[in-house]
Amino acid sequence: MASSNKHKSISYAKWGYIFILPFFIVYAAFQLYPMFSTIRDSFYEKITEGLLDLPERFVGLENYSKLFEEGDIFSYFGNTFIIWIIGFIPQIFISLLLAAWFTDIRLKIKAQGFFKVVIYLPNIIMAAAVSMLFFAIFSDIGPINEVYKNITGSDEPYQFFAHIASTRIIIAIINFIMWYGNTTILLMAAIMGVDPALYEAAEIDGASPSQTFWQITIPSIRPILIYVLVTSLIGGVQMYDIPQIITNGTGSPVRSSMTVVMYLNNQISVGKNYGKAGAISVILFIVAAVLSLLVAAFNSKDQIAENRAAKLKKKKMKGAMKI
Amino acid sequence: MSANTTDHVGEHTNKTKLLIRRIIAYVVLVLLTIISLFPFVIMIINSTRSHPEIQKGFKFVLGSSFGVNFKNVFRNTDLPLFYGLRNSLVVAGFCALLSTYFSALTAYGIHVYEFRLKKFAFAFILVIMMVPAQVSALGFYRMMFDLGLTNNLLPLIIPSIAAPATFFFMKQYMDSSLPLEIVEAARIDGCNEFRTFNSIVMPIMKPAMAVQGIFTFVANWNNYFIPSLIIDKKELKTLPIMVATLRSADFLKFDMGQVYMMIFIAIIPVVIVYLALSKFIIRGIALGSVKG
Repeated sequence: MASSNKHKSISYAKWGYIFILPFFIVYAAFQLYPMFSTIRDSFYEKITEGLLDLPERFVGLENYSKLFEEGDIFSYFGNTFIIWIIGFIPQIFISLLLAAWFTDIRLKIKAQGFFKVVIYLPNIIMAAAVSMLFFAIFSDIGPINEVYKNITGSDEPYQFFAHIASTRIIIAIINFIMWYGNTTILLMAAIMGVDPALYEAAEIDGASPSQTFWQITIPSIRPILIYVLVTSLIGGVQMYDIPQIITNGTGSPVRSSMTVVMYLNNQISVGKNYGKAGAISVILFIVAAVLSLLVAAFNSKDQIAENRAAKLKKKKMKGAMKI
Repeated sequence: MSANTTDHVGEHTNKTKLLIRRIIAYVVLVLLTIISLFPFVIMIINSTRSHPEIQKGFKFVLGSSFGVNFKNVFRNTDLPLFYGLRNSLVVAGFCALLSTYFSALTAYGIHVYEFRLKKFAFAFILVIMMVPAQVSALGFYRMMFDLGLTNNLLPLIIPSIAAPATFFFMKQYMDSSLPLEIVEAARIDGCNEFRTFNSIVMPIMKPAMAVQGIFTFVANWNNYFIPSLIIDKKELKTLPIMVATLRSADFLKFDMGQVYMMIFIAIIPVVIVYLALSKFIIRGIALGSVKG
């Protein structure tokens, strides 16, 4: 019986290959090949200036050394990180608070469905449109400046996009508004997965809500918190749409809002410096890969712990059965 | 006796504490609701007002120029909005169809069949899930340029056949709700492998395909980076590129009524779909990502 089954599955094996073939062909053609050609480009010099189209020249690591000598890439990584963290701190704080409230049995928040729909709404809206909207609202002739003029009594508008801090903060606010709902829902799912017996025990022991939160909820959802942190960081490294549109691709003022991907885009479509663009891509890839490995490492640690816990539970169950 | 009274008092303070906590929670929630909705409220109000009205100052009153703005924005030949809507619809629609169908097909191939490279294929897809699209953008752009496929919608559609995250969702769904006995039964009944997939497996996969279809549609409707590299011809621009050009040109010269109207039109289809299916979608996020 077993052998005939085995025989059957072997004869069907070709279907497995046929079914997964389209995915792999398309991936190889549209992602893998471009990725390798990007890496290859990073070792060549290829500059197009006007009608002058010079042949490519192998330059080894020169693109990288130039990139590091100029140092722009470091300050753009810095900008990206600063803007990310300004948005992420309120995001994780508010999301944790909301997730804790939504799952609190004693608190019984009503209209939860409505609030969830509203806080998640900005996440599905086009980042380009939200950025444009914020630009219009905060522009010299926008409604925020009217309020500003009324309050301060000055005739001159406050030029939000001419100051480093306000530009970065506006970009961070958009990031925050677009992502806190998503994080809240993830954390809620995590909190609801915590063993309810822990909460019952805490209640019997007379723990206060803040004690329960810090000593039960936070340690229990630590893996998800790390997952949220690192995936948000990976997303943050790729930040593009919002600062690109808010600053019209210039990263102004004085390129203080220029992110790494904006830099990459500038090298591809404005500078046409493919060697440099290739080097930036490779560096971006390495950063994203390291961050992804972090997630994977935490996940597998988590899995091991979970498996152990499950085994322990089984053993206990067996023990109980024996008794 | 005394112990009883302290208990009673304790309960009382607990109740007031709970009430205070509840009040704080609702205040914060209402504030966040306002913050989340405020930009869109301004957008809706200003899309109903004419340029001079908007310049006079903001008021929380609907204007009467919605129709005029709507007509003007569609007549604007610099930004052919009709084409933008059509292009975005074509790209996002085909991406949703292709991505869900082929992801389900790939997941099915790995879920049901035994073959030598199965484990490798699965691990490979999980690894590439983490690679950001920007990393291969340069190579992708140059390849499309060499093939003469810039200013073409195909490069925005075809790559969606290989969608690792969608695949992963489908695979998880199959693990939980596609028993292999169904496939065996179909084989005994003389169904060939493709027909089994199309007429027996697909209906079972419907809920998962719907959720992922919506997500893929929204993601591509909103996608800006790759399309902005591939397309610069007016008639082929998708909506995000058009919205971005509002910023590129001399912003202050624009008819602000049209600016708000255009943003309104760019986001409203997705908002309607979202509000109609919000329960479905919010459940999908928690399902898809916690395990991911």
